[in-house]
Amino acid sequence: MDFNLSEDHQMLADSLRRYLTDNYDIETRNAQAYAEPWHSSETWAGLAELGIIGAFISEEQGGFGGSAEDVSVIFEEIGRGLCAEPLLGALMGLRLLARLGRGDLAEAIVAGSTRVALAVYEPHVACDLSHIEAQARQEGDGWRLTGRKSAIYGAPGADHLLVAARTDAGIGLFLVESPELISATMVDGGGVSDLVMDELKAECLSPDCRADLEDALDMGRVALCAEAVGAMAHLIDLTMDYLGQRQQFGRPIATFQALQHRLVDMLVELEQCRSITIAAVAGFGTQDQARNVSMAKNLIGRMGRKIAEEAIQMHGGIGMTWEYPGAHYAKRLVMIDHQLGDHNDHVLRLLELGDAAKGRAA
Amino acid sequence: MDLDFTPEERAFRDEVRAFLKDNLPEELAEKVAAGKELTKEDLLRWQAILHARGWLAATWPEEYGGPGWSAVERHIFAEECALHNAPRLVPFGLNMLGPVLLKFGTEEQRREILPRILDGSDWWCQGYSEPGAGSDLASLKTKAVRDGDHYVVNGQKTWTTLGQHANKIFCLVRTSTEGKPQEGISFLLVDLDTKGVEMRPIRLIEGGHEVNEVFFTDARVPAANLVGEENQGWTIAKYLLTHERTNIAGTGFSMKDMERFHRLSRQMTRDGRKIADNPVYAARAAEIETELEALRITNLRMLANAKGGAAGGIESSMLKLKGTQVRQAIQDLYRSALGPQAAPMANELSENELAVPVEAARAAPAYFNNRKLSIFGGSNEIQRNIVAKELFRR
Repeated sequence: MDFNLSEDHQMLADSLRRYLTDNYDIETRNAQAYAEPWHSSETWAGLAELGIIGAFISEEQGGFGGSAEDVSVIFEEIGRGLCAEPLLGALMGLRLLARLGRGDLAEAIVAGSTRVALAVYEPHVACDLSHIEAQARQEGDGWRLTGRKSAIYGAPGADHLLVAARTDAGIGLFLVESPELISATMVDGGGVSDLVMDELKAECLSPDCRADLEDALDMGRVALCAEAVGAMAHLIDLTMDYLGQRQQFGRPIATFQALQHRLVDMLVELEQCRSITIAAVAGFGTQDQARNVSMAKNLIGRMGRKIAEEAIQMHGGIGMTWEYPGAHYAKRLVMIDHQLGDHNDHVLRLLELGDAAKGRAA
Repeated sequence: MDLDFTPEERAFRDEVRAFLKDNLPEELAEKVAAGKELTKEDLLRWQAILHARGWLAATWPEEYGGPGWSAVERHIFAEECALHNAPRLVPFGLNMLGPVLLKFGTEEQRREILPRILDGSDWWCQGYSEPGAGSDLASLKTKAVRDGDHYVVNGQKTWTTLGQHANKIFCLVRTSTEGKPQEGISFLLVDLDTKGVEMRPIRLIEGGHEVNEVFFTDARVPAANLVGEENQGWTIAKYLLTHERTNIAGTGFSMKDMERFHRLSRQMTRDGRKIADNPVYAARAAEIETELEALRITNLRMLANAKGGAAGGIESSMLKLKGTQVRQAIQDLYRSALGPQAAPMANELSENELAVPVEAARAAPAYFNNRKLSIFGGSNEIQRNIVAKELFRR
């Protein structure tokens, strides 16, 4: 049993934390995250230079990492620093490109000079890929895509878009270059897009790669869980500081038991969230991957909301202001549950996995 | 990062499993599985089996008859015992008085008392709480006044768990009213046969007799029965609170209860479908199971932190908080899954005639009984106080 980070991982975490502390204060962050193009090429280049993007894929794929532990170490710091750069799309997109034979694109992405995003979900699909409706049709040498993709994180300004669509063989993945998008600011910062496709030309990476897609999404979920753990830890720190400073009735409100107990409950849940994320990391690539990831995404979703709401409440009016950093952490924690399947979706997935296991046993 | 036990620890676990398979009497395991009350003889029988193997006093050093286990080994042992439905070990002698004597007692007290705990000659109970001193334990009033070679004890203790089986009680008593209330408390050992000591049963919410109240009227206790110094009792009590509390998260019990829920949910049909196929129950179960899985790892992380030493008070408190929440959530899930079938009170005669499996026949009483989990051993509110005090100290 050993829960310590390796020396390499500790160094990676330290350098990323230092980079964000030095270059990415909350004003900078908010300026970049809430206005078009919803990210900063300068910050992106800085992250790439630190090796953050390269850590998303293995050495043989052109990166220098690629394990779930690499990803969780990075995203915990991303969460702590509330970094709104489009890393989630890069993580999933890059892994799929490398897996599906377009590793030639990896070098530029790892270097930070081009970006990729992943279009999986649709207006009527939140988690379960069986409901994907977008169609891909072969036409001569090429393919044409029709349908609407939604919740494409980090798509604005991305050079490559990977689009999941239905083929005769199953669910395939297609590459399109800088298509026209419907883009918006996300509630918690960063850009998100919809893509309306009407016979859109695309390159086919695989006509049937649902398992690869699920795998990339699971890695995205690990990233989100780790990001939430980092954000929770920081938000709890902020809350503790505030309770110690804020005076009412002639003393710091940290002396009030009603608040102390609630803070302790938040802390216990943080440890639980950290533990279940460790389970997701440890189970990655094993037969427990889907189960552990869904458990983690479920607990993180529920507790992220709880910690966010409690932090806002314990700050009182200050917690409601745009100016207060904690408010943006709270928003991120609630909205993480909306990404890649929420806590209810993942309970359903757990139940389906249970049924599948029973089916195998029978 | 590595979540696995070492090969040595895994070998130890196999050894524990093999031992339990060969030595845990089936009729005891069945009673535990069904949530039936164990008799004094049942409890002593299991204790004797463990004693014969040298595994009874998990936290004691080898010199005094303990197995010399690491914190991880103690955890493995406790979890395996729970998973095999071994009877719970009554903690008062083994995990409370034992460690107190080892830390604060005289060598003479250790040599005299510890072997009698191991071989079952003495059954100890705990005299801490009083009608007016629960969470505010330091306000206790039971008085011990020195009179020559004796203390004269007057007052009342309560919530004395399994006192009906005991012949001895260790008490916190007031020996001084000077200074802060904490500074006038002593730790005193009392023979329950002493004239002026009387025990009366308290019937609990579900009908069972698990706790008692103890009255002291001019009871004369030899002064040699004092543990530590006079007025050192609070230090001793605090030591026990922060002393490593093996199995405080009770993950083994929760895993076992979850297993039992799944068994029921596959057996029992309710309104046309198995409970397992009822999406509301299935979803609740999945979420509780998720919290249990997280707790299991939190427990291991804190064990790894402790690195063979004692877990700090704050970790114990956090594990107690979440552990009892999870256990109570499972008890609640199990009771509610039974629907109207949860109402009949089973007894030895009716349990095989009822519409539910024997192991489910006491679900509702068990649920009510287990409300105690968040109240005893330092209520969950007190646990939160302990953590908060540590947090805001910085």
